[in-house]
Amino acid sequence: MWQDLYASKELSWRLARRDISAQYRGTILGYLWAFILPLANTLTWVFLQGAGIVKVADTGMPYAVYVLTGTMLWQMFIEALQSPLQQVTAARSMLAKLNFPREALIVSGMIKWGFNAIVKVVVLVPVIMLLGVRPNESILLLPFAMAAILVVGTAIGLLLAPVGLLYTDIGRSIPILAQFAMFITPVVFAMPQGGLWARLFQWNFMTPLLLQGRAWLTGSWGPMALEFLVVLAVFSLLLFLGWAIYRLAMPILIERMSS
Amino acid sequence: MSQEVLVSAQGLSKKFCKDLRTSLRYGVIDVAGELFGRTPDGMLRNKEFWAIDGVDFELRRGECLGLIGRNGAGKTTLLRMLNGLIKPDRGSITMKGRVGALIALGAGFNPILTGRENIYVNGAVLGLSKAEINARFEEIISFADLSDFIDAPVQSYSSGMQVRLGFAVASTLDPDVLLIDEALAVGDVQFRSKCYDRIRELQQRTAIIFVSHHRGDLARICDQGLLLTKGRVSYKGSIEDALNAYDEEAASGSGPVRMAHEPVRSASVELGADEIAWGSDLVARITLESDATIEDAYFRFTIMDEGDECVGEWRSHHHGPYVTVPAGTSTWEHRMSSIKLARGTYRLNFVLGAKRAAEYLVLHYNFTQLTVTGDVVGLSRYQI
Repeated sequence: MWQDLYASKELSWRLARRDISAQYRGTILGYLWAFILPLANTLTWVFLQGAGIVKVADTGMPYAVYVLTGTMLWQMFIEALQSPLQQVTAARSMLAKLNFPREALIVSGMIKWGFNAIVKVVVLVPVIMLLGVRPNESILLLPFAMAAILVVGTAIGLLLAPVGLLYTDIGRSIPILAQFAMFITPVVFAMPQGGLWARLFQWNFMTPLLLQGRAWLTGSWGPMALEFLVVLAVFSLLLFLGWAIYRLAMPILIERMSS
Repeated sequence: MSQEVLVSAQGLSKKFCKDLRTSLRYGVIDVAGELFGRTPDGMLRNKEFWAIDGVDFELRRGECLGLIGRNGAGKTTLLRMLNGLIKPDRGSITMKGRVGALIALGAGFNPILTGRENIYVNGAVLGLSKAEINARFEEIISFADLSDFIDAPVQSYSSGMQVRLGFAVASTLDPDVLLIDEALAVGDVQFRSKCYDRIRELQQRTAIIFVSHHRGDLARICDQGLLLTKGRVSYKGSIEDALNAYDEEAASGSGPVRMAHEPVRSASVELGADEIAWGSDLVARITLESDATIEDAYFRFTIMDEGDECVGEWRSHHHGPYVTVPAGTSTWEHRMSSIKLARGTYRLNFVLGAKRAAEYLVLHYNFTQLTVTGDVVGLSRYQI
């Protein structure tokens, strides 16, 4: 397994470079697109809150910063989640006809994710400083939070990919489910104080990732460091499991795809 | 001197499912079975059939095996198993050395990127390192003859140019076993002859497995032949004998198919002669028995050559108006003038269609043979 992973490093890199340069060659705004969607999202929520349509509890920081950091991190999670299935689906015809390390598709998806994530952060940090937030040395831990988001997203995505490759239902339902999941994660809403909602937020494995990531971005150490580590450990194991399943499943799935 | 055996297949079998939904369900079951370490029992389940059934062969360095058989005989499936894309359900494959494939040329090309960038991508997909590609870069470009366009995006290339680039990259691999699947059916004459030169060059030190429908190509490259019929090996030996066995099978093996749909009750088609001379006319007599009147009907004949390729088509409404087939029995006669086909044996298909009907009302597939005599000899489609 590890040998194949090592053997695929050059191909992964090639594929990622191919997709990234192709992705931005046909645009004028270029890399900014990685930032535009969360920004539009933020404006919507700031408007909804400012107009009093949505009432959000005190978030301890300017609401725009809260939403912007939240949607940005959430967007990273969704991208990581969708990446394995998207990568494998896009490479269907290649998979059906050529023999190459299948890991390369997943790894190149992770490289692309990393590239987009870095673009986001590079734009995000000056913007939140402009909005009056002073990050401090805790921001050095931000890559750690991003890595955890990548691990969790990829683990789930990779576990879904084999079935998703056979049944397109999976790919269709991911964005819908993600939409619901966003509302039980402190992305645009503050943590509720009690009741069923509070419990849903607390048991949600994405909550520690979001809270820690946001805290490290905005100059504090965050309230859920322990939970964060537990989630990271569990999903690292799941990622490994997903990888093993993916390897076993690919030849069987490929014969069910047209050549 | 006998060379080392590079490919050896023993009792190779693969099953496929005819129904998509069932196939997907079996896929999930198989993946789950694989996870829990259950070995499949190799039995057929409902709606499954053997696409490849007990294939054995051996191939040594310097030998070239031509895989022949009708469409759906399992040639591509066998090739995909040899390429390691899918696992056999029974039997085993042993391969020695690097396996190269001239299949899906240009896979992984991104249309927006330039030819130069795509060479690196395609090379990486095929397992070449960056250093290896650098070392062969000039060779690839000059082989593909694309030096003027190498920095233009691939989407501006013609399909022939894309295949040229793909072949140039794929053939720089130095494989021990080379799989070729009708990859060369495109490209202009000069490039095709270049490809064959390259393949012949590789042939000295590789074992080649070649799938094609073109006897000219097969006879030129291969020394051995393996004829597949419905997934089984029906002949193994020299390429000439295998091609002859294939001809016999094409002539007799596949029986005619006759179908008639409502309101047609029965139909029969007869030719005026089974054998005609080059340039003479062919007369067909059609007898139909229908329960109702069919408006705007037409007759269609297609002529297929030995390789199951359509070489001629004749439609009645191109030579006259649509016709009305009355209820009851009716007889029709059509004359197809000056059949200019090369000497050989052909098979005919007949269709009765109607303008407003989505489906054919009558389909007679391979209902008779037609021999054409004369001085004109068939040429393989591509001459080198």
